[in-house]
Amino acid sequence: MSATHIEEHEHHEELNYLTNGKTVRSWLLTGDHKRIAILYLVSTAFFFMIGGIFASLIRIELTSPTGVLLETETYNRVFSAHGIVMIFLFLIPSIPAVLGNFVLPIMIGARDLAFPRLNLLSWYVYMAAGTLITWALVIGGVDTGWTFYTPLSTTYSHGPISLAILGAFLAGFSSIFTAINFIATVHKMRAPGMTWFRLPLFVWAMYGTSVVILLGTPVIAITLALVMVERWTGIGIFSPELGGDPVLFQHLFWFYSHPAVYIMILPAFGVMSELIANFTRKRVFGYHFVAFSTLAIAGLGFLVWGHHMFVSSQSMYEGIVFSLISFLVAVPSAIKVFNWTATIYKGNVRLQTPMIYAICFLMLFTVGGLTGLFLASMGTDVHLTATYFIVAHFHYVMVGGGVTGFLGGIHYWWPKMTGRMYPDGIAKVNAILVFIGFTATFVPQFIVGFLGMPRRYHYYYFAPEFQIYHILSTLGASILAVAFFTPATYLIWSLFKGEKASANPWGAHGLEWETSSPPDSHNFHSVPIVTDEVYDFPGVEYAHPSHGHGKKPKPTEPVAKEHQ
Amino acid sequence: MPKLSNFPIAPEQASTFAAEHDAIFYTLTILTVVFTALVGVLVLFFAIKYREGSKVDRSRPIYEHMPLEITWTVIPLLLGLVMFFFGARLFVKMRTPPQEAMDVFIVGKQWMWHAQHAPSGVRENNTLHVPVNKAVRLTMISQDVIHAFYVPEFRMQYMVVPGRYTTQWFQATKTGTYHLFCNMYCGGQHSEMGGYVYVMEPKDYQAWLANGGMDMKPMTMEQRGAATYEKLACGNCHTNKDTDRAPTLLGLFGKTRKFTDGSSAVADEAYFRKSLIDPYEKINQGYTNTMQAYNELSEEEILNLIAYVKSLGTTAEPRTGTEVAASKGVSTTGNNQGQNELAVGALAGEKVPLPGPTSKNLAVGALSTESGANR
Repeated sequence: MSATHIEEHEHHEELNYLTNGKTVRSWLLTGDHKRIAILYLVSTAFFFMIGGIFASLIRIELTSPTGVLLETETYNRVFSAHGIVMIFLFLIPSIPAVLGNFVLPIMIGARDLAFPRLNLLSWYVYMAAGTLITWALVIGGVDTGWTFYTPLSTTYSHGPISLAILGAFLAGFSSIFTAINFIATVHKMRAPGMTWFRLPLFVWAMYGTSVVILLGTPVIAITLALVMVERWTGIGIFSPELGGDPVLFQHLFWFYSHPAVYIMILPAFGVMSELIANFTRKRVFGYHFVAFSTLAIAGLGFLVWGHHMFVSSQSMYEGIVFSLISFLVAVPSAIKVFNWTATIYKGNVRLQTPMIYAICFLMLFTVGGLTGLFLASMGTDVHLTATYFIVAHFHYVMVGGGVTGFLGGIHYWWPKMTGRMYPDGIAKVNAILVFIGFTATFVPQFIVGFLGMPRRYHYYYFAPEFQIYHILSTLGASILAVAFFTPATYLIWSLFKGEKASANPWGAHGLEWETSSPPDSHNFHSVPIVTDEVYDFPGVEYAHPSHGHGKKPKPTEPVAKEHQ
Repeated sequence: MPKLSNFPIAPEQASTFAAEHDAIFYTLTILTVVFTALVGVLVLFFAIKYREGSKVDRSRPIYEHMPLEITWTVIPLLLGLVMFFFGARLFVKMRTPPQEAMDVFIVGKQWMWHAQHAPSGVRENNTLHVPVNKAVRLTMISQDVIHAFYVPEFRMQYMVVPGRYTTQWFQATKTGTYHLFCNMYCGGQHSEMGGYVYVMEPKDYQAWLANGGMDMKPMTMEQRGAATYEKLACGNCHTNKDTDRAPTLLGLFGKTRKFTDGSSAVADEAYFRKSLIDPYEKINQGYTNTMQAYNELSEEEILNLIAYVKSLGTTAEPRTGTEVAASKGVSTTGNNQGQNELAVGALAGEKVPLPGPTSKNLAVGALSTESGANR
């Protein structure tokens, strides 16, 4: 991208954001979005490890129909902890708060997010949430499942439930702060010439995600607050004995928690668009369709929560409407997958680690999305809901999609974040291992779910025919555990021994690759002026409409028609 | 350690829903495989063919192509709408029990199932005995948290919610023993809240009924309701005609009631249940709030009382509870969904070992001879 420097700023000659201030205090009181992203990276990785340990316990336990290690009470706490930690403390913040925080301002040519202190506050609130949830787990744990269904959670379950709920409540505020920051930043702080349709699709994805977070999260916050109110005061909101309605909770919960699925997957979509464009050296096919399908998913995603409740005693007619809209929301996801596939056509593909993750993502997410149709279809949902089929489905979307996207993004931006390269060969093999381990873990769960194995079951000695699938799944999970642990080792290794990264080691296109690796504290020495299109790779013949037909126009004079 | 040679890939088809369900399921499976293979093959093919350094034609790349976009928008949309239609059609069928279905009343509680058959009043715990080729309607309620009554071989599942009656129905097509699971996480022993469904030949079912289930001498639901009615002395106020204190229950079921706040409601199962446990919210016009809340009643007792009130529904003659109890077998009509009851607390001390299929009821479905025993 040809950026013209219009504004010289004084800057620290040799210091980058990592070396500019070495004290613990300089990290804990930083306003730098990049440092906050690193704080988030370390803390979400920690909670991913915790959640992974719980997952391993679950898989070990299920190899035998009568359990291996744990008492039933403990098992119930373990799977609840797995869900709560993974969703509230890893999946929701992972891509926005780590990758989004780091690259979004740089991508649009801003010096920081709009509200740096709010950004830091969001990390502290997140850590407070993590502390409360960890505390709740240490002093006994909760056995409600991550869904906190009433009246189990309000009346019948004992333990530090209010503490865990308060943690989830706070985690929501952390997300809201990040979302406010992103929306304000994208609206007000784009560099001159960075028009809306020159935004990288990752920025579009972050923007869509932020809108969903902003509209949805207050609802879960209120809902969880109501659960606490009922627990503490006995005011009847959800418990029928007190005059409440237990199914009301499900409506409120899924009104947020279905969009929350999109909070977890839209950012991964954004990462995919970056990876596929930059590793095929081509503009994303159907840029506008990909951008608008993000908004379509964000919008329609709010109208489908009832598909979690086909058998919850909601009205049949209500269910039919929710089912129809759920089928509709599948279409924008399909559009994205097809456009990404078409992007690779006639590309100049570099099969480096991030691209391997992108290829794995495309296949895993396609399975995850299509198996969602089984659950959007009412007749099949009756049989499959709350079985291992649904467990496999949402892991395909949230791990096969979300976590693969996160790993792909980390491998893509790692040189920018740390200034170091990791060993590409090991990383590529590991990416393939993620795919194999993941598939081996969750395909057996589809089958055992179809057979009728309910989720959240500790024992299944009354159905021994399920065991073979659990053993297969656990074998796959052990591969997956290795594949998730390996990046931690070689990435940390690369910090000390890795080759130094150039400003643009991938030959990628985008403002973040025009600044040094790692960037200095202010991202750019001078405010860049954007004069060319997004994903405008040199040497590739241009034929998209905004460039006229097949002719690459001369770079026009920078016009600061945008703000800033 | 069970044998690993047991390697099923699909659940048995044992109800009238199963074949239709599986047709949709396998169609969706084919769609999933085909589209995933399509995407996977194209991605890998393109990625390898157009890898950096390969000498291939990269001229005239395309960046936007409206006909293609429309194609891959419209085809998934149409396929989706077709699948939506078949899924919704099956669901409507699942939610529409036939008129002639026989009634079984289910109460779920942590962590057991309790069933009561109508009109016989035969009760059982953690098992369900049904005749083959006969539509069965389940009217379900939970005594505590939300459960779900799930029989995978029947492809049927519905939540069992506290505070409201839910229903589902099925028609078994094959005799045999099938899994009964609670499929809504309900705390503690959730995974062991289950048992077996025994589908029997009609004559075997009749023989099983005659054996009396878990009771030595089963009463009908109406009789149990009448006994509770006596015990609670409901008749002190609810006499054979409307008085200053209370309306008569004769012929009350199904009538439209007008309340002091100006609203009105049909006196159905949900209304009677509400009026028993919380009579203060809706006061009938012409009355004051004098009734106490019978919120200590179990869901089984409430179902029995409702069955009893229903048995008074069309009777012109005033009848007392004892008379009803004496005349055994007031039949319940087939078209009401929320009548009758289920014993959650089976009477203590009644011990009836079940013969036949139930004796196979080993692991999960160990038939409890004590009331409310949790397995």
